Amino acid sequence: MKLTLKIWRQKDAKSTGKFVTYPLDNISPNCSFLEMLDILNEQLIRKNEEPVVFDHDCREGICGMCSLYINGRPHGPDDAVTVCQLHMRKFSDGDTIVVEPWRAKPFPVVRDLMVDRSAFDRIIQEGGYISVNTGGAAEANNILVGKENAELAMDAAACIGCGACVAACKNASAMLFVSAKISQFALLPQGQVEAKQRVKKMVRMMDELGFGNCTNTYACEAECPKLISRSNIARMNREFMCAKVI
Amino acid sequence: MNLSFIRFSSITKKIWMAFLGLFLMIFLVVHLGINLCLLRDDGGAWFTAAAHFMGTNYIIKVFEIVLFAGFILHVFLGIVLQVQNWLARPVRYMVTNKTTTPFLSKYMIYTGGIVLVFLVIHFINFYFIKMGLVSNPNMTPEGEPDFYTIAIQLFSMPAYSLLYIVLFIVLGFHLNQAFQAAWQTLGVNHLQYNAFIRRFGIFYAIVVPLGFIIIPIYFLLIR
Repeated sequence: MKLTLKIWRQKDAKSTGKFVTYPLDNISPNCSFLEMLDILNEQLIRKNEEPVVFDHDCREGICGMCSLYINGRPHGPDDAVTVCQLHMRKFSDGDTIVVEPWRAKPFPVVRDLMVDRSAFDRIIQEGGYISVNTGGAAEANNILVGKENAELAMDAAACIGCGACVAACKNASAMLFVSAKISQFALLPQGQVEAKQRVKKMVRMMDELGFGNCTNTYACEAECPKLISRSNIARMNREFMCAKVI
Repeated sequence: MNLSFIRFSSITKKIWMAFLGLFLMIFLVVHLGINLCLLRDDGGAWFTAAAHFMGTNYIIKVFEIVLFAGFILHVFLGIVLQVQNWLARPVRYMVTNKTTTPFLSKYMIYTGGIVLVFLVIHFINFYFIKMGLVSNPNMTPEGEPDFYTIAIQLFSMPAYSLLYIVLFIVLGFHLNQAFQAAWQTLGVNHLQYNAFIRRFGIFYAIVVPLGFIIIPIYFLLIR
């Protein structure tokens, strides 16, 4: 495949970035998108140029590190996959591919396509956990969990915190991420003890960090690589109302 | 000005937006009922009686204050939320977002803004006359503003009627997204109810604006 890449290059967080065009030839359609970027970087290094910096880790679609906004869509043109699982066969020979970093005030660009998503960690630190005293492991069936709730909690827990929801939302809202993290506990008995404090503190932190407000366009759900449902946002709103009123 | 209101959590503001929006949607049905009285060929007797009742009944007067406060709060919250949303992404993407989203869901602030402009015109033509803020030569024998004559005069103007029709189409788009979004915000999202909420929203967004649109068409083309 012959491609033209337009990639956002930015020296550091304080620099003004710009798009740089790179022609690329002999790319296999079976390459993953990140492998294609690896090939580009090898060529840049051979030419004594700075390679393109981008986030990646497991390359198995489970770590949530990759974060590229490709041709107007987070994680590119395929549905329900992360960039590392995106293959070049989803593009056509001769395509121009524009690659941008996630854009949101709480996700500052560190360098090139790498963004700082520690804002998500700060939200999790506010209550995205349950407090359990150390000791002997309890019998798993001591606390019974309904099958339906167990499934829904597992679906919510599938969120890998990549930030595609924020990147896709026209308001840079983090509601899908926060709601998934709240739902996975709200649906289980173990999460009830700290439920009220959890939702209040996590929402407060989400607002403080400067994420936008949800306006129900559901772009987050459409672009989530783990298919997190917007019903989690409704659940979070219910949890929040109950925590505030009751 | 006390700006502590803006510091309410994002969800609190959205919940208020949803409650107020649904309240305004109920009022819109009442307003439509009164407006449809214009279609009766009775010289405006029903319409004038309804306008008199709305203008003099004490319970309605209390609701009028609630309605106005609700409307202003809905607009104010909408603007606050939108400004926060713009600030949340100071650097825009070069490529326009290509994510598939419901039609016009991204443009609620704009459709809402267009409806607001129309409402200002509407207030000048009707409500401010009732308040005595705008002079009016059309009076009933009882000394009240003759809203029937004012309405007929306005609907006889093709430009006003066309503007009225276009704006109610815009309002229809606003309401279609607003209805299901309000329930989602209030936490009502369940497979058992989602289809009904979506269908009822579409039904409401078509039938209510259409009811308003019929009136200028009747005065322009039939009468």
